[in-house]
This record gives sequence, C-alpha cells and structure tokens, in this order.
Amino acid sequence: MSNIITKAKELLSNKTVKLVIGYQSGTDDVRPAFITNPDKTDLLIYNDKCLHNLSVYLTKNEVKILGKIAIFATHPVMRSILQLASEKQVFQENVIVIGIDNNGETLDFADFKVMQNYIEKSNLSNPEKDQKIIDELNKLSLEEKFKFWENELSKCIKCYACRQTCPMCYCTRCTTECNQPQWIPVQSNSLGNMEWHVLRAMHLAGRCVSCGECGRACPVDIPCHLLTMFLSEQVNKHFNVFAGTSDNMKSVMSTFEPNDKENFII
Amino acid sequence: MSDFEPKIVAFVCNWCTYAGADLTGTSRIKYASNVKIIRFPCTGRIDFMLLLKSFANGADGIIVSGCHPNDCHYTSGNFHAKRRWIMFKELMDFMGIDMNRITFSWVSAAEGAKWAEVVNSTVLRVKNLGPFVSYKQMINKSIEEEVSNE
Repeated sequence: MSNIITKAKELLSNKTVKLVIGYQSGTDDVRPAFITNPDKTDLLIYNDKCLHNLSVYLTKNEVKILGKIAIFATHPVMRSILQLASEKQVFQENVIVIGIDNNGETLDFADFKVMQNYIEKSNLSNPEKDQKIIDELNKLSLEEKFKFWENELSKCIKCYACRQTCPMCYCTRCTTECNQPQWIPVQSNSLGNMEWHVLRAMHLAGRCVSCGECGRACPVDIPCHLLTMFLSEQVNKHFNVFAGTSDNMKSVMSTFEPNDKENFII
Repeated sequence: MSDFEPKIVAFVCNWCTYAGADLTGTSRIKYASNVKIIRFPCTGRIDFMLLLKSFANGADGIIVSGCHPNDCHYTSGNFHAKRRWIMFKELMDFMGIDMNRITFSWVSAAEGAKWAEVVNSTVLRVKNLGPFVSYKQMINKSIEEEVSNE
C-alpha cells in the first residue's frame, strides 16, 4: 500500500501526470479517488474491497481535459483499458497504467504492449463464482430459465447504473435515449426491462471483459453481469477471442470469418 | 389447439430471399399464408431488436432469411449477420426463449421452392409449439404495470 502512495506521489510531484485515479476509503466502503495534489496521496488505499472498474473514468470528458492520467489498475481494469485502446477511446500517450497484481503488489508497465504480455499470460475466463452460476442456469429447462430472468429483470428500475458503470458503454448517445424509434420504453415494465438487458448484453458481446461491475452497481441486485459474462464465454467458444487482450483487437461483432459455425441456418 | 394459426414475421433481404419469395409466387407454388414478409436491404440490416419487437407485437414465430454466404449483394452483410445471430441465439437460449420459434435460413433468388418449404416447416413447427404464451403473459403483465403506475 505504501508502494501505491509513493508511486502516486512521485508521478504527481514530477508533473508526469496531472491526475491519479485510485481508491480511497468511503463512508462504509471504498470509493474511487481522484488525486491532483501530491500532498493528498496519503488518501490512497488498496484492499480486497477495491473492485470498482476505474477505467470507466478514462473516457469521461471531465477527466480527459485534466491532461495525462495515472490509473491504478487491477486485472479486469487492465483488460478494459486494452479494450478501450483497441476501440480508440484511450491512447497510450494520455495514460500511465500502474498495475496491481493479485497479491496487491504494483506492476510497472512501460507501455500497453508490456501490459498486453502480462494479460496474455493470465487467466482470462470468467470469475469462478459467476461461471458456476452460469453453468447452473444452463442446466435449467427453458421455462425455468425464462421464469428466473423474468423474475430478476422485473425488479429493474431503469436507473441504467449497469450502463453508467461499464467502461465499454461510453457512447455519448445511447440507444435508450433515442426515441425514433423508441426501442426501450422509458418506464420500467417487465417486457421493456428484458429488452433493455438483451440490448445491453448484445452491444457488449465480444467487448465485455467480465469485470462484473454492472452486477455490483445494480441497486436492486439483478445479476445482469451474468448475461454479459455468458456472452464473453460464448464469444470465446465460437470465435476464440477474449476481449481486452491486445491494444489493437479487431471488433468481434464487426468482423467475421467465412467459416463461422452455421449449422443452425437452414 | 388445432385451429391455432400462428403469426409469423419474416425478415428477408431484398436481393435474394425477397426475390426468391417472388419466384415462389410466379411459380404458383402454394405456401402457408401465416407469414408477413418484411423486406430489408440486407440481412446485415436486421437488428436483433426487430426480432424482439415482433415478438412484443404478437408474433408467434420469426423467419430471418437472406443470401447464401458469398452471394451477398454488399459482399459481407450476411457474414456479419451470421455472427450476430450466433450470439443472439445463444443469449436467447440462456434467457429461456425457445429458439425453435425463430428460423434462420439462406434462400437465394432461384430457390422459390425452398422458400415455400422454409415457410411451411416454420408454420408447422410453431403450430406444434402453440401460441407464445410465456411472452404474451409478460406483455400483458407490462400493460398492467403501466396502468398501475399511472
């Protein structure tokens, strides 16, 4: 932890970066910290509660205008940054990534390529506890699955926290805000909620890095991260791709291979 | 349920399947009248939301059809569509929506007979599945929720 503070202090005092994004203690949990003053770096902490995907801030204008940013990145955050770099949303020259490995030790990355080498060697599949639930759900019958999701999604209050917290949902104008046609009803109802969650999962197919932030952000505890994680698993199964493993990945859903599986098409 | 006539919506591409369906007509091949054909420029244009919206508006089954691979008028629209369908199919299955209600097919402009076969087999299959009760219940529930909110 002292390592984190020293690193942040160094980067801020020698003016390499204008802002450090990390974690600080909140009222009863941790919260993201935005440090611009080298004397305030003592606020930074890191513990196993630090789960927020901080890369979501990298695409925000309020943060971008400050200048060069240093960001503390756990494994899923590093993957998000690589995915954002592939999508030309984050650029090497604007960000310094200070990795945090599974033991809480900091990692120095000279550039995205070095980070990419680290990520490629790591475990890329979904977190075990979530994959277990996905496997359990897959064993259910169609009716049971429909009941499960209808029940879960009927709780949705359309706050769009799942969208706001997702680093990949950086569109300044989301489909939900378009009303010609109105794909997603404004009010919360069972059908519209399902349509929203299908749309969200489909738009994240091949881009979700399985950080699980959407599920954690949900105020009514809908396990919406299972939908995107399920699609991450399927993308890997069908197209042999893991999102966020390189800074110049081809978009899975806007490229194709002529030999993609087609045994369901008559 | 023997007198149940399913509503089928067909999303077809302009260049192959629509022309194929035209050929079915000019060849005087009879096929089920349950199908409502919607013409699109390309299968790549067929958004998955259109499929959900047709279920939401009372469809019992859906046909999505376009050019065979390598025959796309826009070179690669159907390949892109195929990737999207693979993902959509898996997601729908995960969420408990019966994918037997959706037929994906390649029908070229010369395959008038195949189009009749695709429609007839889909109608028969959806007839056996019956009306899409679970989805319709969800629609009704949504209407009630809206009324109770007002």
